[in-house]
This record gives sequence, C-alpha cells and structure tokens, in this order.
Amino acid sequence: MFLKKLAIAGVMTVLTGTTALACEINARVSIVGNEFPAIQTVGANAQACTGAEVNTNLTADHQQINVPGMQGNPAEYTSAIIANSSIVALMNEDVIRPLDDLVAKHGEGLARNQLITINGEVMAVAFMANAQHLVYRADVLEQIGVEPPKTYEEMLEAAKMIREQGIMENPLGGAYAAGWNLAQEFNNMFIGYGGTFFKDGTAEPNVNTEAGVKALEMMKALSEYMNPDFLTHDSNATNAEFRAGNVALMNMWGSRAATLTTAEGVPQEVIDGFAIAGPMTVGGGDIPASTLWWDGWTVAKNISDEEAEATFIAMMHGIRPELMQDEDVRTQAVWLIDGYEPTEAAVGVFAAAQAGTVPYPMLPYMGLMHTALGNELSDFMQGRESAEQALADVEAAYVAAARETGFLQ
Amino acid sequence: MKHRTFFWFFLPTGLAMLLFIAMPIVSVITQSMYAPHEAVLITVENCTPFACTEETTIDQEATRELRDAQPLGRFVGWDIYLNRGHLAVAEVAEIWRSAESWGGFFDRLGNLPFYRAMAFTLTYTFVTVPLLIGLGLMIALAVNSLHRHLKGLVIFFSLLPMIVTPIVGALILFWMIDSRGIIGNLIIYLSGDPQLSLKASTPLMWVSLIVYGIWHSAPFAFVVFYAGLQTLPKDQLEAAQIDGATRLQQLRYVTIPHLMPLVTFVALIKLMDNFRVFEEIVGFNASAHATSLSWIIYNDLSGETRQLSSAAATSVLTIIGVAILLSPVLIRTWRDFRGRRV
Repeated sequence: MFLKKLAIAGVMTVLTGTTALACEINARVSIVGNEFPAIQTVGANAQACTGAEVNTNLTADHQQINVPGMQGNPAEYTSAIIANSSIVALMNEDVIRPLDDLVAKHGEGLARNQLITINGEVMAVAFMANAQHLVYRADVLEQIGVEPPKTYEEMLEAAKMIREQGIMENPLGGAYAAGWNLAQEFNNMFIGYGGTFFKDGTAEPNVNTEAGVKALEMMKALSEYMNPDFLTHDSNATNAEFRAGNVALMNMWGSRAATLTTAEGVPQEVIDGFAIAGPMTVGGGDIPASTLWWDGWTVAKNISDEEAEATFIAMMHGIRPELMQDEDVRTQAVWLIDGYEPTEAAVGVFAAAQAGTVPYPMLPYMGLMHTALGNELSDFMQGRESAEQALADVEAAYVAAARETGFLQ
Repeated sequence: MKHRTFFWFFLPTGLAMLLFIAMPIVSVITQSMYAPHEAVLITVENCTPFACTEETTIDQEATRELRDAQPLGRFVGWDIYLNRGHLAVAEVAEIWRSAESWGGFFDRLGNLPFYRAMAFTLTYTFVTVPLLIGLGLMIALAVNSLHRHLKGLVIFFSLLPMIVTPIVGALILFWMIDSRGIIGNLIIYLSGDPQLSLKASTPLMWVSLIVYGIWHSAPFAFVVFYAGLQTLPKDQLEAAQIDGATRLQQLRYVTIPHLMPLVTFVALIKLMDNFRVFEEIVGFNASAHATSLSWIIYNDLSGETRQLSSAAATSVLTIIGVAILLSPVLIRTWRDFRGRRV
C-alpha cells in the first residue's frame, strides 16, 4: 500500500514537472478499472485534474463491480477502463454512452485507430495494446543450438532437447490454471488451427471440430513438459517459475514481459538470457496462435452531460501524448498514444500485430464460451476423458448458459 | 408466557428474520425462475485498433423495449433447475439409459457440474465432520488434564487455526504442499517419486482439502467440548471411580453421554458449514479437481457474462441440501421436545 502511494506520488511529481496543459473540470469523475502499472499511470494522471473530485478504484476485481456500479442512475462510476473482452458486458447491459460528440469537441490528438467503434458509434477510447507471445531464455536455446521457435511444433522439439540434455526437467511454462487462463490458452491454439468459435452469424457453438481436437492435443503435448502442477499455475505462478530459472520457453502476456526480470532475487543468468519474440503459429497455419487485445476507457450512460464531459476531459488528460516522454511510462505498455516509441519489451506485441494475429472476439456471448471452456477442459488435461468428450461437454455447458441468458432459443 | 406477551417479545426478532432471512430467500427463488430476455442480435461493423470487422452485437433499443415491458425477465419456471448446469434431468436420464454398469454410470454422472460438486461436497462433509469432532474431543480431554498454569497457553495455540482467516490459512498450506514447498518436498522424498505432486492428483488434492478442513475446524469443536467438560459433575465421576471403572470406561459411560448434546450442536453447525465449502477450493486453486455448490455460484457470478439466474438456482439447491442434511437432527430434536411435553 505504501509502495503504491509512493509510486503514485512519483508519477504525480513527474507530472507536475512536465505538464504544460492544465486540466480543468467542473463535475465529479469516478474511474473503475483493472490494476496494473499502465492503468495506474492513466488513473493517476486523470486525478491530476483540478476543479472537481476525481476518484479511482483500480482493482483486479473490477469486472465484478463495473456493471453494478454503472447500472444505477446516476451511476457510481463515470468511467470504466476495460479491454475488448470486458467491454462486451458493458455493451450487453447498455451502461456506456457513445462518445462521438465528445470526441469532436475534446478529442484532438486521438489517432483514428484509438477509437473503438461499434455500429458506427465510438464507444471506447483505446490507449494500449496487448498480446501473448513467446518469452524465452536465449542462453538455454544457444546451449542446445536451436533458433527461437516460430511454431509450437518447434517449441516441443526444443523442450524435448532441453529435457534430454538434462538442462531443465520441465522447460515449458504456460498459464494453464483451470478456469479463465486455461480457456485463453485453448482460444489461442484453436485460432492458430483456424477454428471459429461459433457457426457463422449465430450463437451456436462450433468448438467440437477438428481444430478443437488438434488444439487440445497440442496443449496436452506441451503440458508433458510443464511443471506437473500446471493446472494451478496462473500468469503469476508461471512468471515465478521463469524467474526462478525453471522454465526456458513460455507463451506470456506482453504487458508482463517488461517487468518479468525486474523482480528482486532473479538469478543473473535469467536476467541475461531473457528474450522476447513474436507469437508462434501451429499446425502449419499462417495466423499466430494468439489473440490481440486493447485496453481502453468508456464513459457511463447514466450520468449528466457535465459529468460525461468532465470524465472525457480527465481521461484524455490521463492518456495525453506528453506522457510518452517519460521513460518509465513508455516501458509500462505498448501504448497506442501518439508519440509513443516502442521499447525493447514491446517487440513481441508489435510482432503479433504485424503477423496478422486476430483480436479476441468482441461477441456478446463470448464470455459464456470462455467460462464453459475454463470449466470443462481440465478433465481432458488430466487424461480423464477424450478431447471429443471434453469439447462436447464445453458445447453442452455453453448451450445451457446461452439458453438461460437468452442468446440461444 | 401469555400469547400476547410472547407476540410483543418476539416481534423485533420476527421482523429482523423476515427482513434478513425470509425476504432474501423469496428474492432468490424468484430470481431463479426468471431468466434474462432473449437477446435481439444484429450484425454491425466494429472498428478496433487492429481492423474493422462485421460482428454481432445486441440491439439495445429492441432489448430495452423488452426489458421495460417485463422488468423481471422472461418466466422460465423450473427450466434452470433442470438444465445441464444444475440437476441435468435430461442428461442423467440419457446416461441411465446408455450406461452398462454402475461404474460407468457414476463416471459419466461425475462429468456433470452439479453431481461433480455434490460428490466432493458430500465426501468432504462426511469425512471432515466426524474426524473434527473426534480430534476436538481429544484436544479438549488432553487440555483439561493439563496443569492449570499451562492451560492458558495451550488453549491459545490450539485456537490459532480458527483465528487465521480461512483463505489465508488455505493459501499458506497451498504453498507448503507445492512440489517445491516444505510438505510437497517431504512427500517426494518419502515416496521417492520426483514427479509426485499433491496439486496434480485429484485424490491427493481431496485429501489435502479434507486435512485442511479438519485443521481449520477442530478448534471450534475443542472450545465447545472444553466448555462442556467444565460442567462435568464431579460426584458422578467419583462414583464411577469407586465402582472401579477404568479411565476408558469413565470416558465412555460418563464424559461422552454428558457431552452428547454438544456433539449434536457441533455436528449441526459443522454439517451446515462444510456443505458450503468454498475458501479452500479458491485458496488451493483446486477447481480442476474439486468443486462445490458455493464454488459454482461464485463461478457463475465472476464470468464476463454474469449468470444471475443460474447462481440463484444453485443457491436454492444449496438451501435444500442443507435442509436435507440437517433433517435427521432436526426431527430428533422435535421428537425430544414432543416427548418431554407428553
């Protein structure tokens, strides 16, 4: 808590030193969002506005509170910071307002690709991009004499060599924790094999296909080279394994790559050998087995026009181009803000975008599919049932949930 | 007490019970019978930092009309209770028809979320409760026979597991049983199998959860039994000693019968508590191996799309489950009460 305050205070001093444009608002602003360094920077800068109160509530549990906090009239939160998966929940409940008028009035400096438009209306302003990509130990790959893998098949071969040469027992890492993480790894692999989650133009599931079976088999093959506890390892635990020098290759979030080796007590060989590359393909496909993500902010619908305008101004202040002159802020994320020059940590996400990685689907019923995948795939990963049975279970669980929520009749 | 006096005496409690117990239950039951309206979907063009694509979204205007017309949602009756996420009636019937053996039937039944959760919850409840009562009784007897100077200190340390917040206690044990943790390492050393991991095996994970459950709840049983031991009539015990009863016989025929009402009380509370097992599963990241009804509710509410009706239905099933579990004890209490009046 103290460190967080210190960090915010640090950002504030940088800010007061560099701010040329003052930020004046005349109505309350209240922001809810996830908690990681880039979002904390945006929140702290929005709070620098004067004239009215700016509150932030940045927490990992933001998804549990943003919809209820915006459903009331007036809404508790005037802005929610979300990603392409979570904007869907706000859209489904109709709690955010179109921003076209505010963009026209106060949106100077926003790039065209920052505007998230849905049905022709701007619904969110994106400020950073994210993707999962390869993170590896260059020193270990040099030792076994292979290039960084471009495909998951090459990754498996490298893992086999590392184990056989006795360098590491479980050379692969992966956020395979049952639930959201496991489902996300399936999504990556499924897209890599050319799968589509739903039958064209409908909410009917389409995962029990050849692509789905192949994706599961590849995940199973990879898991043979992972720590046996892999079903309990989320991104944090996987990163800890990498930091401890137990893992040589893993698919990891770009937003976490920058700070991966800055933690205390990381051995020198891990710091020196740490390297980043683009996402891998699988099964001879062209599309990387990964998804592109953006993070952005929205403005609540159930608030007065003054509050909406104040929120827009404060959030614009939180993502103003001058921030990109600060080295620390630059390394926090792959910013979509004008004037951002990519740092070394951004290589992976840029490679993902250039290689044609597809964005995570922004469909109203994708969240239900993600939940169903997270619950039903762990039986297969433990070898208790076949891939076909696991995928049939996913479809059945999804259909039950989609019928209940009204997406399927 | 006169009926009139009793009425005024009971009124505040009755109102509070109505407000905080009865109304939420009515609300949950109502919620479980209504589902969100059928979504009116349209295809639109969406633009993100990466590309513009044709995608499906919800037609807000049409949906708002539906919502305004029927704010509760559409009435679905028992549908949600019977779907695959809950009692899965159609699926169970299908498995029953096609299963060739009992083993195959139970194996496939365990594939359905509700029955999988029940399998763990019931095992957990019925293994944990007797063991924690036994352990609590043993601690209480041991502490009771200590010298009085030592008692305070020992009582304090015996109570520690209960003082620790459940989720924190679970997390501590979770790291200790990690294959690189102290207990995990010890088990690997003892078994001689470097690949052995408590977290990777379902039976071992169940054992860990049950051990944690006993460790966490035994102090509660201990405190209750220890209090009970202080009221143990000395003359009865002395009479038994004069009759030549051994220590075990004194325990069997004097102490335990005296504590029996308390055993019922602890069993009642702990049956209810353990049926709602939750923190352990989250703390141990164990959802791949063990789930419970409470975990299902949490999971329904924490996804990107909240499934309120589904969570409500599971809540009602939990209430029914607790009622069934407690019914033998409640019936006995009622009979005792009637017997006493006659």
